[in-house]
Amino acid sequence: MAQIKYHILVCGGTGCRASQSEDILKNFQELIIDKGLGTEVQVVKTGCFGFCEKGPIVKMMPDNTFYTKVSPADCEEILNEHIIKGRKVTRLLYTDPETKEQVSDSKHMEFYKKQIRIALRNCGFINPENIEEYIGRDGYQALGKVLTELTPDATIDIIKKSGLRGRGGGGFPTGLKWEITRKVKADQKYVICNADEGDPGAFMDRSVLEGDPHSVLEAMAINGYCTGASKGLVYIRAEYPLAVERLKIAMRQAREFGLLGQNIMGTGFNFDVEIRYGAGAFVCGEETALIHSMEGKRGEPTVKPPFPSESGYLGKPSNVNNVETYANIPVIIIKGAEWFSAIGTEKSKGTKVFALAGKINNVGLIEVPMGITLREVIYEIGGGIKNDKKFKAVQTGGPSGGMLTEKHLDTPIDYDNLIAAGSMMGSGGMIVMDEDDCMVSMAKFYLQFTVEESCGKCSPCRIGNKRLFEILEKVTKGQGTLEDLDKLKNLSNVIKDTSLCGLGQTSPNPVLSSLMNFPDEYNEHVVSKKCRAGSCKSLMQYIIDPDNCIGCTLCARNCPVNAISGERKQPHIIDQEKCIKCGACMEKCKFNAIHIN
Amino acid sequence: MEKIKSLADLKKMQGDLRAKMELREKSNHPDSLIQVKVAMATCGIASGAKEVMEVFVEEFSKRNIEAVVTQTGCMGYCYAEPTVEITKPGCDPVTFGYVDVKKASKLIDKYILNNELVDGIIPVNYASIDKK
Repeated sequence: MAQIKYHILVCGGTGCRASQSEDILKNFQELIIDKGLGTEVQVVKTGCFGFCEKGPIVKMMPDNTFYTKVSPADCEEILNEHIIKGRKVTRLLYTDPETKEQVSDSKHMEFYKKQIRIALRNCGFINPENIEEYIGRDGYQALGKVLTELTPDATIDIIKKSGLRGRGGGGFPTGLKWEITRKVKADQKYVICNADEGDPGAFMDRSVLEGDPHSVLEAMAINGYCTGASKGLVYIRAEYPLAVERLKIAMRQAREFGLLGQNIMGTGFNFDVEIRYGAGAFVCGEETALIHSMEGKRGEPTVKPPFPSESGYLGKPSNVNNVETYANIPVIIIKGAEWFSAIGTEKSKGTKVFALAGKINNVGLIEVPMGITLREVIYEIGGGIKNDKKFKAVQTGGPSGGMLTEKHLDTPIDYDNLIAAGSMMGSGGMIVMDEDDCMVSMAKFYLQFTVEESCGKCSPCRIGNKRLFEILEKVTKGQGTLEDLDKLKNLSNVIKDTSLCGLGQTSPNPVLSSLMNFPDEYNEHVVSKKCRAGSCKSLMQYIIDPDNCIGCTLCARNCPVNAISGERKQPHIIDQEKCIKCGACMEKCKFNAIHIN
Repeated sequence: MEKIKSLADLKKMQGDLRAKMELREKSNHPDSLIQVKVAMATCGIASGAKEVMEVFVEEFSKRNIEAVVTQTGCMGYCYAEPTVEITKPGCDPVTFGYVDVKKASKLIDKYILNNELVDGIIPVNYASIDKK
């Protein structure tokens, strides 16, 4: 009997699916049957490989060949060359931008070298829609172990010793949270998974749910055993349809296999999970707002205490953890607290998943040990800044976080160092900015987001953020004054101190951190009315250099508002009053005569 | 679908399913395993490399030998096809020529399991760019 000799792994993450990975999968499956390779080759749809920049990704096993930017039309060539003739399809291999050498084995790619995959251990490795692959990789063994060998207290003790902290942003010790929920007496408790990932540019939780949904279900069941809850709820945004679909498939399969439901593994433990949909409100990532939304009420936060661990969903004790936190649990139970706590820094153990986005070469999803430096993340894993521009800052923690700059490049990344640097870990979005990004505009961008997402319940957040936004708008329009900068700072601090929930308490962070790190840029905007990045439209002028202009009239003919005038063969002039700064003239000019001032 | 009724059930099921994942698990740490590369270009296939590869794959799984079997393109020794390169952990790769089905089994018995060399070794006459 012929044995399966090759596995072709095709990425089924959202990014790769958007570039036709479904068709690639279908083509492989059909071609394999056509070519009579069905008994030797197995095609597997997996979760995200993380290297979204070069998607769709196809990985050949066992030789670890990593094909990038594969199109459905390439499938036949890959089968003919790689599988049948044993030759790699070199044009689809990844080329190292530094050495210009083609790297066939993903183990040798800079992108993967420094990564340690714990929460993402199964992403890009198993088929998320097949529980058997999860079971084959130690799936549900941790649940079996705690149900048969460990008491809830002993299990919580392992989590506490591991040093795992909440991956949703706050960094609260996970074991401690579990213990608090366990100690509260109640007839019913709930295990809640926070999958309301709302930061702009963040997609860690989505990828875990899409690539390895069972690890979250298993961890929720373990939590149920520890805290005494028989019911789990996943709060997920309806705008994550693929994650929802895979989660549903996983729940159905787990029930069929008897791994969710009544009397799990004959131990008398009952646990089941339901999904609750969110409508995509940022504030619902805050745990009290999340709970109210699940109860069918307005997604508004309430004052803590009482904490959800004491009084949460329907007034019952509820343990709320983030997706990535849960994904770490089964491995910790199997491999032990010591193994986990050996990774990372003194107070931040383990790894963190980051979504790299912005002006960086390797946009994608990475998992790195705590304590890695920003420089390693940006220049080694991320492959540096796009188009060889200069690095300016990176925003961590989304709209609640702050900017890290050049001077933080060698700071080890962990919860405490990031807070000391004026930012925060957040859920793991990392938006990289280069010299063309204006820091005032970035702060304005994030603030616009929080203004829109503020629930409006408390005035500091509802009114204060709006005022902050207006001042920033003034500054970017060149109408700001030095007093405005003081006002920005004072108002920010008031909002931070007096807002009801985490959203308002952190929303001025981008303003404060950009003011602290880039005071010169703010000053330039208000004093000399200049934007050095050239991104504030009101502060820039398109100017025609009379020495280079030959009077071809091309710009004048293309100007949509007729702001350019001049005689033929004579230098032209732009009327700054009329100019809408669209840049069409500069694009058209063949003589390099138009500049931005 | 039969439900999993105990941890023993789950462990048994995992044992069965792990085999299906093994190919992928192994490729996570190929350097610590015996690696067999079968040259499978036109010349190799014409001389029976496919059958040879089959022998390796089947024997390894039958005898529970932890190894990765992959194919490569033409190694240039077309006169000695099928050729097979075997790398044992910590050792330099050794290339064997004229490997037919019989010799494949012999290679497993002698070289892989007992470190005895077998006839038909092709001496290394090139430098690899990895080592430069």
